Amino acid sequence: MDVLLFAAAAVRISVPYALAAMGASLSERGGVVCIALEGLMLNGALAYTLGAHATQNPWIGVLCALLAGLATAWLHAEATVRFRADQITTGLGINLLAAGLTRFVLVRVFHSSSNSPRVPGLPEWRIPGVADLPGVGELLSSPLVLITLALVVLVHGLLFRTVFGLRLRSIGERPEAAATLGISVARYRFAGVLLCGLMAGLAGAYLSSEQHSFTDGMTGGRGYIALAAMIVGKWNPVGAAAACLLFGAAEALQIKLQGSAFPSELLQALPYVITMLALAGFIGRAVAPRAVGTPYDPES
Amino acid sequence: MSDRRAQWQWLVALSPLIAVAAALAAGAVFIAAIGEKPLEIYALLFREAFGTGYGLGQTLFRATPLLFTGLAVALAFRAGLFNVGVEGQLYVGGFAAALAGAYLPLPGPLLGVAAVLAAGLAGAAWGAIPGALKARFGAHEVINTIMLNFIAFSLVSWAGRAVFLPATVHTRDVGLGAQLPRLDTFVPALRGAPVNVSLLLGLVLALVVALLLFRTRLGYELRAVGQNASAAEYGGVSIGHAQMLAMALSGALAGLGGSNFVLGYKHYFELGFSGGAGFIGIAVALLGRNHPSGVIVASLFFGALAYGGLVVNQRVPRELVEVLMALVILFAICTRPLLERAARRWA
Repeated sequence: MDVLLFAAAAVRISVPYALAAMGASLSERGGVVCIALEGLMLNGALAYTLGAHATQNPWIGVLCALLAGLATAWLHAEATVRFRADQITTGLGINLLAAGLTRFVLVRVFHSSSNSPRVPGLPEWRIPGVADLPGVGELLSSPLVLITLALVVLVHGLLFRTVFGLRLRSIGERPEAAATLGISVARYRFAGVLLCGLMAGLAGAYLSSEQHSFTDGMTGGRGYIALAAMIVGKWNPVGAAAACLLFGAAEALQIKLQGSAFPSELLQALPYVITMLALAGFIGRAVAPRAVGTPYDPES
Repeated sequence: MSDRRAQWQWLVALSPLIAVAAALAAGAVFIAAIGEKPLEIYALLFREAFGTGYGLGQTLFRATPLLFTGLAVALAFRAGLFNVGVEGQLYVGGFAAALAGAYLPLPGPLLGVAAVLAAGLAGAAWGAIPGALKARFGAHEVINTIMLNFIAFSLVSWAGRAVFLPATVHTRDVGLGAQLPRLDTFVPALRGAPVNVSLLLGLVLALVVALLLFRTRLGYELRAVGQNASAAEYGGVSIGHAQMLAMALSGALAGLGGSNFVLGYKHYFELGFSGGAGFIGIAVALLGRNHPSGVIVASLFFGALAYGGLVVNQRVPRELVEVLMALVILFAICTRPLLERAARRWA
């Protein structure tokens, strides 16, 4: 029973990571580095709160979060694909922009520099038979948990079982080769980044829906953990989701041990250490798509 | 590079100015949107930031850590490395300075020297890790430096359990010998402003970095690796060695930046003291075109924004300044490739 509760807590924590990490895998498989996850999530979280606050309808909040993620990602795509700006710097710039912008809106709209008023969260989807399961029933009644589980399968299928996915991956590896086949590198890269924006926006919606409010800087580095999970998961949606589950378990354990003599701060650092080890090749080498980070310039 | 192409290089050099102008213009839209007059707000902001001795001192105080972090990012960039870990290197540098200044049994000024050295060494060590991982395993320094930022935060929080004063999140004060004097003790006009000797250290380091990069063999090798690693290797430079050294030096510069807050201002280390100065350092290096003199000017500009934002807070939320800084980065990063292409086309 205790194990089930712990597992449920781990899943609950890992849902926003998984959404963002799977989004990042789409962006990066197409060749665009996604350091911007943090900003995409933060804007999504604020948009959910604004939408849910204005209409008292959480689903309108989700719609707003999706749109905010999309708009922010569009900015990222414009800069990196059309203007061929450095992808890492652009991502960091977007994270900084989101941090400032959300704070600005928080102060202007809610007249507080720390948090929004309480907003409604998403209602439960009670599936007969599932909702009453001990330990995990409540978890499996959360709409976004269920949507995330479905997305793990869908995104993986999209990337590895469709023409779109094949082309996207080819563009992340050898854009010049894909271009000679008549595939528009820019269009596919835009698509990858925008899908990433939708998923990261949804991740933000999950955070504010669970918490029933927006607080300043509430993503708290989760975008970077999601990015790390995507790397540990070797740029695979399923792998990324699995890594998120591992990171979520570490965090659940850390929360459990907080305040005890156990150095829970060190547990907090675990996902980052694991990621560094994976990058260095100690736990199965994590190799990035070949063309990730390089703007595609047809003239060169 | 052909002579004709070199003729148009000045165009690329304009990108920082265009970026600043565009960001201020975009910021004006925000200001107007909340019913204030943009020109009035900007005039107030820059008048307060530069117009009085106290304001200038505040601006310089806020520019100081950005000078260090900007130099750190620029140096690594010159060697072809993107050091996103400046925040973490600054953080461990500040922590090491506080510990050395508070616990080392050294007399007078020696304690100060030791505390400053500790900051630099801790930053260098933290920067050397991703440098070594890059050199040895080819692991991308961007991800590793981001990871090391978070590891630094966790590690220092944990170590802080042992050294923080009861019921606080800061260490005890460093010894008198390790406290860097404020500049208002020499320049009365700056009275009350917290700008301190750390600024002078930063300016000296800017000169040192410029000399190192452009006047020494080592600097030449670092830049060669940054421009074309395989050509540099063919010319006898060890890429791995250069990368490790560049990251360690970059980390040292960042770590030394901890001296401003820890040794020159509060005289103790406090959780979260770095407050994003490492990330703004990336913007500073970008705007300063990775040149020490450019970094000095850019850090002054961002320092003015940081202080001016507080001044106008009554009328416009100071968060506007963060938006402006982000917009400068985005505009600078987008205009540069655009201008580079234009320069190439017209040459």
